[in-house]
Amino acid sequence: MKKLLTGNYAASYGAILSRAEVISAYPITPQTQIVEKLSTMVAEGKLDAEFINVESERSALAVCMGASATGARAFTATSAQGLALMHELLHWAAGARLPLVLVNVNRAMAPGWTVWCDENDSLSQRDTGWIQLYCESNQEVLDTVIQAYKIAEKTMLPVMICMDGIFLSHTQEVVDLPEQEKVDRFLSPYKPPFSLDTSSPHALGSLTPPHVYFEFRYKLQQAMDEAQAEIEKTGKEFGNTFGRDYGLLDEYLLNEAEIIIVALGTVCGTCRVAIDRLNEKGNKVGMLRIRTFRPLPKKKIIESLKDVKKVIIIDRNISYGHHGILHEEIKSAFYRKLNIPLFGFIAGLGGRDITPEDIEQMVNYTLKHEESDTDILWWGVNK
Amino acid sequence: MSMTEIRIHGRGGQGAVVASQILALTAMKEGKYVQSFPEFGVERRGATVEAFVRIADKKINERCKIYHPHYVVVMDPALVNIVDVTEGIRENGWVLINTSKTPKDFSFHTNVATIDAFSIATEKKLGSHGHPIVNTTILGALVKIAPVVNIKTLVEAIRESISSNTEKNVEAALAAYDKVKI
Repeated sequence: MKKLLTGNYAASYGAILSRAEVISAYPITPQTQIVEKLSTMVAEGKLDAEFINVESERSALAVCMGASATGARAFTATSAQGLALMHELLHWAAGARLPLVLVNVNRAMAPGWTVWCDENDSLSQRDTGWIQLYCESNQEVLDTVIQAYKIAEKTMLPVMICMDGIFLSHTQEVVDLPEQEKVDRFLSPYKPPFSLDTSSPHALGSLTPPHVYFEFRYKLQQAMDEAQAEIEKTGKEFGNTFGRDYGLLDEYLLNEAEIIIVALGTVCGTCRVAIDRLNEKGNKVGMLRIRTFRPLPKKKIIESLKDVKKVIIIDRNISYGHHGILHEEIKSAFYRKLNIPLFGFIAGLGGRDITPEDIEQMVNYTLKHEESDTDILWWGVNK
Repeated sequence: MSMTEIRIHGRGGQGAVVASQILALTAMKEGKYVQSFPEFGVERRGATVEAFVRIADKKINERCKIYHPHYVVVMDPALVNIVDVTEGIRENGWVLINTSKTPKDFSFHTNVATIDAFSIATEKKLGSHGHPIVNTTILGALVKIAPVVNIKTLVEAIRESISSNTEKNVEAALAAYDKVKI
């Protein structure tokens, strides 16, 4: 069934169709509508789930972790400072191997106080052990929530789904709402390999001395490596069932491209528009959208970029004192494998618009220069 | 025209965002691709607000504001004096203004249409007497000058979206469709 949905409601429907059993969250703009919708559905008896009100994001994640440890399918959502407040427990959830799904609506970090988009909030949580998937459309948000439970429960890793605030969260578009029966066939009920049960008391995450801790962390990394195949398999299976394929990466006009733009999130949509215009004028430009940021599919990235003359990275984020975060990731993936000039643009921080014209001009700049003489090509900032 | 872009100017509380959503629903019902979104962060009653709609026959990939609209809708006559409503408008674009004046009274370098949406909405008792809600009314007028969707589909979308005074809203849209001045 086609429905006009914001990205926020697409996320809510994803959780509903996945039959989330425990939902806990604390409101924060631009995420609030996700859990508002879910709490309404629970209150009206249309969703068979526990909705647990809490006083902070940290507690919301704690509730979801407790629920997940008992074998329930748990869901939460947040943004920016809310995600930062969860930071300690993000490590805990991954370390305890709890297959949670969290939707982060990307919002720039304060101060200055802001509700607009950039990706520094989720990218700051890069090293917590969560799978991170970045979406480009509301349809992808809904589809990815459903896939995320399958990936999480298979790998026993928590999944963070990231969608750009306002650009998706508050934008309505046509979304194909899958039928519940089909989703049920795709995603079977969660059967935990181990769970906490009061009738058979056990502890989870107790004292772990040096002779065992290291092995737990080794296994966490192994699970991350294996997750690549799982994300790919789940995306294909989803395509077979629902007619929409997803992969680790999303390629646009890569064949014969001389310049490839690498980016995360919604700016990739705007890139498609710019690339079409540029190629009409005889340029050869393509795009590689990093749908899966963690685990980073390094081999696939190298494979996609190996024949290209120049690579542009558009970062709607920054690692202060270094440069764009995706830029850093691509550079490290390239080490001793590819020696291609990288052009690292930083654009659109705090929700500033990035238009097709901006992207055309970034490409034109890149065409005119052999390589970039600076780590950061600031775009659209009043210096 | 592969994609039609529309910008709606209103004041917080006038229903500009709801208007953009009803228009998007109308286009969806006709099998088109749509996007509708508000200029976010300024939704205070009385403050100037903007909402945007894109309608296309193929997938819409743009993820930025609309800078060059084909159509501009002005829901409050006073906004004409405080907002540059024709900013970035395309060649042969249209500005539709809620006013009792006629198009000749405006000297914009673009096509102008007018509709006295306050009178129609007041007559249909939409909103209160001092604060009529004109969003469905002005959509009726817009569909006349912007034949990107059909008036019949707009009526269906209004019926689906508005749960109180539904038929009065439909009547207001139809009246505006007939009365818009170009």
